[in-house]
Amino acid sequence: MGCSIAGIIDEKGNRFSGEKIICAIKKMYLRANGLGGGFAGYGIYPENSDDFCFHIIYNDEKSRENTESYLKHDFEIVKEEPIPTRTVKAIVNRPLLFRYFLRVKDEIKKQFYEMTEEDIVMRSVMKINGAQAGAFVISSGKNMGIFKGVGYAADIGKFYKLEEYSGYCWIAHDRFPTNTPGWWGGAHPFGLLNFSIVHNGEISSYGINKRYLEEFGYRLTLHTDSEAILYLFDLLLRKHKLPMSLAHKVLCPPLWSEIEKMPEDERKFYETLRIIYGSALINGPSAIIVSDGKMMFGFTDRLKLRPLVAARNGSKFYLASEECAIQEICPLKKGDVFFPKVGEPAIGKLRNTEQTRNKGTRNGHGKFRFSSV
Amino acid sequence: MESSASVLCKSSVSVQCIRKANMKKSLLFPDFTVTRDPDKCIQCEVCVRQCAFDAHSFDKEANKIETDNSKCVSCLRCATMCPTGAITVSEHQQNIKKNKNWTEKQLKELYKQSETGGILLTGMGTDKDYKIIWDHILLDAAQVTNPSIDPLREPMELRTYLGAKPDRIEFRVQSSEFRGQNKKLRTTNYELQTKLPPQLKLETPILFSAMSYGAISLNTMRALARAADECGIFYNTGEGGLPKELYKYGKNTIVQVASGRFGVDSDYLDVAAAVEIKVGQGAKPGIGGHLPGEKVTEEISQTRMIPTGTDALSPAPHHDIYSIEDLSQLIYSIKEATGYKKPLSVKVAAVHNIAAIASGIVRAGADIVAIDGLRGGTGAAPTRIRDNVGIPIELAISAVDSRLREEGIRNRASIIAAGGFRNSADVVKAIALGADAVYIGTAALVAMGCHLCQKCYTGKCNWGIATQDPYLVKRLNPEIAARRLVNLIKAWSHEIKEIMGGMGINAVESLRGNRLRLRGFDLHENELKILDIKPAGESM
Ligand code: SF4
Ligand code: SF4
Repeated sequence: MGCSIAGIIDEKGNRFSGEKIICAIKKMYLRANGLGGGFAGYGIYPENSDDFCFHIIYNDEKSRENTESYLKHDFEIVKEEPIPTRTVKAIVNRPLLFRYFLRVKDEIKKQFYEMTEEDIVMRSVMKINGAQAGAFVISSGKNMGIFKGVGYAADIGKFYKLEEYSGYCWIAHDRFPTNTPGWWGGAHPFGLLNFSIVHNGEISSYGINKRYLEEFGYRLTLHTDSEAILYLFDLLLRKHKLPMSLAHKVLCPPLWSEIEKMPEDERKFYETLRIIYGSALINGPSAIIVSDGKMMFGFTDRLKLRPLVAARNGSKFYLASEECAIQEICPLKKGDVFFPKVGEPAIGKLRNTEQTRNKGTRNGHGKFRFSSV
Repeated sequence: MESSASVLCKSSVSVQCIRKANMKKSLLFPDFTVTRDPDKCIQCEVCVRQCAFDAHSFDKEANKIETDNSKCVSCLRCATMCPTGAITVSEHQQNIKKNKNWTEKQLKELYKQSETGGILLTGMGTDKDYKIIWDHILLDAAQVTNPSIDPLREPMELRTYLGAKPDRIEFRVQSSEFRGQNKKLRTTNYELQTKLPPQLKLETPILFSAMSYGAISLNTMRALARAADECGIFYNTGEGGLPKELYKYGKNTIVQVASGRFGVDSDYLDVAAAVEIKVGQGAKPGIGGHLPGEKVTEEISQTRMIPTGTDALSPAPHHDIYSIEDLSQLIYSIKEATGYKKPLSVKVAAVHNIAAIASGIVRAGADIVAIDGLRGGTGAAPTRIRDNVGIPIELAISAVDSRLREEGIRNRASIIAAGGFRNSADVVKAIALGADAVYIGTAALVAMGCHLCQKCYTGKCNWGIATQDPYLVKRLNPEIAARRLVNLIKAWSHEIKEIMGGMGINAVESLRGNRLRLRGFDLHENELKILDIKPAGESM
């Protein structure tokens, strides 16, 4: 796949209109072919920030009825409404688009006492999406939402009226699909709970990543490698409690020759990590931006076969496939822009969640220490 | 085998057996014809000295080199060593009436058995014309949407760790803040809590298969040990114990504990990198080993800890393993004895119920399951068993890997596949089906000079490999043989990297179990189902 990706986060948490990210992704339209585009916005539903927000696409009214009765069983529906859209000539064959603000019912929490609320939500999403009954949950996090469809990203953004939303973090994707035919649910970003991901690339390790995830109960229904990456993050961050930076080292581990040169404790740590999580290594050309609402994290594959640039300006941190996308929305000075090195992520973080600004942005290693018992 | 030596027909063309049986004229006719070009022959008698089967002789009276075709086994030693290239060995042309059912081979076997009354013996893996599934599996390569990787320019990682892996990593996080020059700095310390079970570290996912001292010569073993050491891989002692002089290669040695317990003592277990319990082998599932007394020399008697000249018979089953709990006890006895510092492997033949058996082995506590397929080699096996028992390794790998994943225990043990790996493409396919590494035996012997004459059980290997005759043993120079093995492993590793690069994969972890990169060609639907691969032409 070709594809372009972009992301903006305001590290102070200031919210801004979705228009900016549309402009950025539009600038790179040459990398897309109009078969899919989309956005994820964080901080866009402040009035309902404690409720899980499901964005669901339906094929027809019947699938909506069935799904809603299923939702009512597990959740209290605080609010439901069609996702507002406007007519855009280029966007055709639109499915039904609805959003729901949900709370897990107390009785369900009691019934599944061994599960967290997140586990219960994930279970519902897997059920709806796995049933293949004309309904597809495209996002399921809190105070965030995914807006996507078949078309150029810029048109999709206009269609969803994203300029009317404001959020503190946005990521976007414009697609040049080669693997899967254009389908609204198959466009990026992919989301589960608060995670969302956009991905430019093709994963040559998908076959084993998928089988590995299935061992942990994930059902990969979309036949796309980006879905596998999303679930790998979910497994590593949420279930195995790794911090983002170590999850990144699982997906893109240092070479054995690099590990050998590390100081004893660090070497042991990375060796153990790589030995345990070999099947989670993602191989093949990739540039990926992932967000969990607290940070925006960008990285490339171990050989950097797909482009990614980063820039910092004021409280804003930018990631994009090409520098022109960032230039388009922010006058950059020399020194603002940098190119993440192979194996090193570029990270923008909300500062109120993390006291100090992350000095390690340009250097993935420096800020950790390792010890062993 | 209780039916031991007396009923075995050990001789190649049975002449001795037939004499013993007091029959007048054998109905057998030779397998091969040896032609000697009289213009080229200089009567140097090299061939006479080289043939341990006494096919060549010098007739003093006639002043002529003679050949008895009936004794030739086509090991090609004479043809290779002849200084003038005078010798050609070809198939014996005797026009037995063509018959697809009653082939020449079948007839000869019937003659042999009717003349000796013995079980047919043979060596090496089956030569029967079974479909080779490897040759019906095709590999993928990257084009356009996903660039291939040039292994000469980019790193390409083959390192493999064999052993049990935990489900997840455990660590403790400690954050500490301290004052920098004018702002607070924060460091995070990760304290590793996970203690990995013992692992074997391989620089390339290939090991030398179990071949016992007794079946093979000491020089052959020396070569295997040196090559394993140089390549960062492992060789396997088989069930014949470990000669003391090879203790120095302990860190590259897997020692076997088989039903005969030959040569097993605490030093033997201590010196090894890993211990393998041999339950079965692909060439002869369900039966034990038999080393004829003639091969039990002084050195072998010391290493195997048995009297010289006695037949070394390992029983068909381990007499302390009659069920899976018993296996578990033996596994843990050995683990206790070795302080839980070495991975424990269990080797079984690929039989019909292999998936369930492998799952049991993993649950019984093994860190590695070694599976030996239908085509696995041997020093000696009854022909009928070798040629008819077991299942192909391709299907076994797939069945086992799928089963262990379904049960969520795949990470608890590594899989080593064995049985007839001919080249690096077979290895890549095995790994993509789900093996962690492969054992090679026959390929390694061929690299050292074996010509697959299948006469290993006679003890007369003209290439100095499967023999204990000091005159023959000297023929294999361990230095040169080790060099040839190292070259082989290097060549295969380069080829594996080349294939992986073509697939756009730069670490072997991403190949392992990645069945999406395989396609079946000319395979039956059921075979595709068990292999869990798509037919060629079907896309992702
Ligand atoms: S080795 Fe060759 S040249 Fe020498 S005697 Fe035999 S056939 Fe003749
Ligand atoms: S090891 Fe020797 S006897 Fe056995 S097949 Fe090879 S050449 Fe023949």
